[in-house]
Amino acid sequence: MNDAVLRVEGLSTYYYTDKGVVRAVDGVDLVVGENEVVGVVGESGCGKSTLAASVMRLLQPPAKIVKGSIFFRNVNLLELPEEEMRKIRGKKISMIFQNPASYLNPLLTVEEQMVESMTLHLRISKQEAASRAVNILEKLGISAPDTVIKYYPHQLSGGMKQRVMIGMAISCNPELVLADEPTTALDPTIQVQILEQLLELRKNLGLSMVVITHDLGVAKAICDKIYVMYAGKIVEEGKVGDVFNRPLHPYTYGLLESALSVYEKDRPAKFIDGAPPKLVEEIKGCYFANRCFNKVDRCLIEYPHPSFKNGRKVYCWNPVGD
Amino acid sequence: MSAEYDFKSFLLIKVVRSFVMVFIILTIGFLLIHLAPGDPIEFILGGAGFYTPEFIASVRERFGLDKPIHEKFVIYVLNFLRGELGYSYVFGLPVVEVIAARVPPTLLLMGTQLVLVIVVGSLLGILAASRPHSKLDYLVSSLSVAGISMPIFWLGLLLIFLFSVSLGLFPAQGMTSLRVTGWWEGFLDLLSHLFLPTLTLFLINLGLVTRTVRTSMLEALRSEFVVAARAKGLPERRVLFRHAFRNSLTPLITLIGLQLGWLLSGAVIVETVFAWPGMGRLLFTSIGSRDYPVVMGIFLLVSTAVVVSNLITELLYAYVDPRIRRAK
Repeated sequence: MNDAVLRVEGLSTYYYTDKGVVRAVDGVDLVVGENEVVGVVGESGCGKSTLAASVMRLLQPPAKIVKGSIFFRNVNLLELPEEEMRKIRGKKISMIFQNPASYLNPLLTVEEQMVESMTLHLRISKQEAASRAVNILEKLGISAPDTVIKYYPHQLSGGMKQRVMIGMAISCNPELVLADEPTTALDPTIQVQILEQLLELRKNLGLSMVVITHDLGVAKAICDKIYVMYAGKIVEEGKVGDVFNRPLHPYTYGLLESALSVYEKDRPAKFIDGAPPKLVEEIKGCYFANRCFNKVDRCLIEYPHPSFKNGRKVYCWNPVGD
Repeated sequence: MSAEYDFKSFLLIKVVRSFVMVFIILTIGFLLIHLAPGDPIEFILGGAGFYTPEFIASVRERFGLDKPIHEKFVIYVLNFLRGELGYSYVFGLPVVEVIAARVPPTLLLMGTQLVLVIVVGSLLGILAASRPHSKLDYLVSSLSVAGISMPIFWLGLLLIFLFSVSLGLFPAQGMTSLRVTGWWEGFLDLLSHLFLPTLTLFLINLGLVTRTVRTSMLEALRSEFVVAARAKGLPERRVLFRHAFRNSLTPLITLIGLQLGWLLSGAVIVETVFAWPGMGRLLFTSIGSRDYPVVMGIFLLVSTAVVVSNLITELLYAYVDPRIRRAK
């Protein structure tokens, strides 16, 4: 498995709060291959964003990575000194954030924000960086990019802001892009455009990507491989077609059902009853057991071991359809 | 572009508003001073009881004190528009001259401390905010509270006791020594006189600036664009100054704006404690001697300074934040 761009092994990131330890990411394994788009899906609060922040080592206290390793091109990022990690951030691994309105600095122009990472990582002059920025924005479908580049974020529409964010993320030719809910804050019509943009980038630049989303439509549209995350743990992984056509974990099944009932009017709405456990509680069995329609006695006693099937992996004692 | 035009009209409105404000202040100040008890004639003549009523009346007439208040007001406003503020009863000199002689020492003292406070306070605030709840943060915070809660005259006396009386390092009074010759010697002498009053004001104001910067920096550091800046791999110093500090400037500008207004008058206590020949002390003595024209002149100057510094503050907001520049 040496061809993997990113290999996360047994990663645990905990938040040490006053109320107790929140195990936001709990023993997660994840592999991203060359030119592969990997989706991490799950409902809000399941630890998806913490996972991304852990890979970038952007966590602030009280969050802390407690165990595991993150190999990027076979270098363990968790063992790098901060200064080396800084040279990887924005250059080799970059990030697209959920809400472009608040992730862009309101007091700096688009140009100032795009140029600063290029002059830093690529060691090119400001003029060169500026013309590169214009090129990138043009490729991302912004008309009159040389005007837009002089604008401040508040003068841009939501879609334009997200394009600028994407432009910033790819400006230094990264090998891996982490996209944390890249379309969530956008209008549906813009969402489609941005998704197409991401697909195009992947094709043209040979990028590897991790797309974090709660939107199954997004995951289905652009991912090769899917990891389903629940309460800080990966519960199921597999190729996108397999997971969507024949979900194995009851949680994935429920997630798909509830998503489909939104799109297909005739379909009776199905919800997953209850809420995810508070990650502070110590739970013995499967974290999903209290909400599961398919549970067996064993689910309440012991956390499921992974079972493998045609390159798929699921953590469940009683998978759907067996 | 139209934004350019908008900015000009924005500026014009602000300037016109400032002039109106100064006129209103002038009116209120004039009324207040004339309604206050005490008769300047007592101080002009040094005990009116020794003089005949005819003589007192003639002095009153000479100084224009016999005219009704509305007439005095009209004369004052007309003179004000010509840049004249009347004559000091005590010094017998034009008020403009009396005040002008006292402005440079005050500006020197307040300007020096303001620059020091802004630079040192900002750095300490940024440092404390970048390591919240560290020992350094607690140290800076406790010192700030100590500075804010210490009475200024008491701190001044303590510093005089320490540096002048016990250690004999710095002079406690005045701005210059007699019998100092030469440019360089004069400069050193001025610096040594400047040290204690500046230090007093510095220690008092430092806490306020530090706390303000720390709070707004903590807020800015929590913003998502700071996460984005870190995700770009920018060095921490650049994240702190270019991204976080710029976004936390507004409260600091407000604070400095308020302080600028005080520049000319806020030194009353310190100037009195250290016998600094500035405007603060002039105001203090003029009030004591009912020298109305001087009091009124200082009052006007300080109010104008406050109005102008408010104007500058608003322009600075617009300079720092493009969103304000665009809105109206």
